[in-house]
Amino acid sequence: MASIDAAPIDLNHLGHYVHWGVIQISWANLIVILLMVALFVAALLLPFPKGRDDERGE
Amino acid sequence: MSEASDRGPAAPVGSRPGWTGTLRRGLTRLLPPDRLLPDKQPAYVTSWIYVFGVLTLSALIVALLSGGVLALKGPAWWHYSATGHFVNSTHLWSVELFFAFMVIHLWGKFFMAAWRGRRALTWITGVLAFVGSIGTAFTGYLTQQNFDSQWISTQAKDGLNSVGVGAFFNVTDFGQMLMWHIVLLPAILAVLAALHILLVRIRGVVEPLPDARGRRPSTPRPADADRSPNGSDDD
Repeated sequence: MASIDAAPIDLNHLGHYVHWGVIQISWANLIVILLMVALFVAALLLPFPKGRDDERGE
Repeated sequence: MSEASDRGPAAPVGSRPGWTGTLRRGLTRLLPPDRLLPDKQPAYVTSWIYVFGVLTLSALIVALLSGGVLALKGPAWWHYSATGHFVNSTHLWSVELFFAFMVIHLWGKFFMAAWRGRRALTWITGVLAFVGSIGTAFTGYLTQQNFDSQWISTQAKDGLNSVGVGAFFNVTDFGQMLMWHIVLLPAILAVLAALHILLVRIRGVVEPLPDARGRRPSTPRPADADRSPNGSDDD
């Protein structure tokens, strides 16, 4: 039976890394950075909900 | 009846306001209540990119509160009880979100050149808070009491010794790092964050950059334009 302390994914192995020339980064860190960039772009492009004043046409 | 009560309790002692009155008037002039807690913002603030500052602050508050609970209960609780694990994980993930939101906030403010309009000190306190956060997070990693913290401390000590601060800041001293993490650095960070937010309230939120024709994308509402120390004389 799995312990309550067990991680939801198996961490008992070496990490997976991306090698690109002098750049070496773990997939985990790369995914986090890509998610942050996606969030940044979404924040710039997605429309913001209109507030009370906008609804009154001010 | 005594002589003092004959003069009445409301009798002025003198015409000089004293340092408390001077300080109160100065603070009220610098940061009037409607600017400290505004209920309206300029039209250009209606963008998701302006949300990341308050998200960063929210994550910081969760980190401070969960860290406070961890400090109250102690290591045996956060290592060996289910509730302790939960609060420990809440502390970790609030810090992860704090850094993610803070970096996106930084990207947004960098690309809108948010230091314009006499906002240099706002930018500088933000930079200092960012650097202080990194120190707070690193000392947190050092106090995990596991192989990860041992690895990080033995790697970090060489770097810190090489720049001559190892005698004052010993990363292999668990007690010293714990005190830095739960007392000194959070206190510094809280002061810097408070200063940063007060400066945002004093100077206001930076206007968008003008487009290629020199036009501004939107105009502040009249109520905001009236209070001009928020510095539209930026470029």
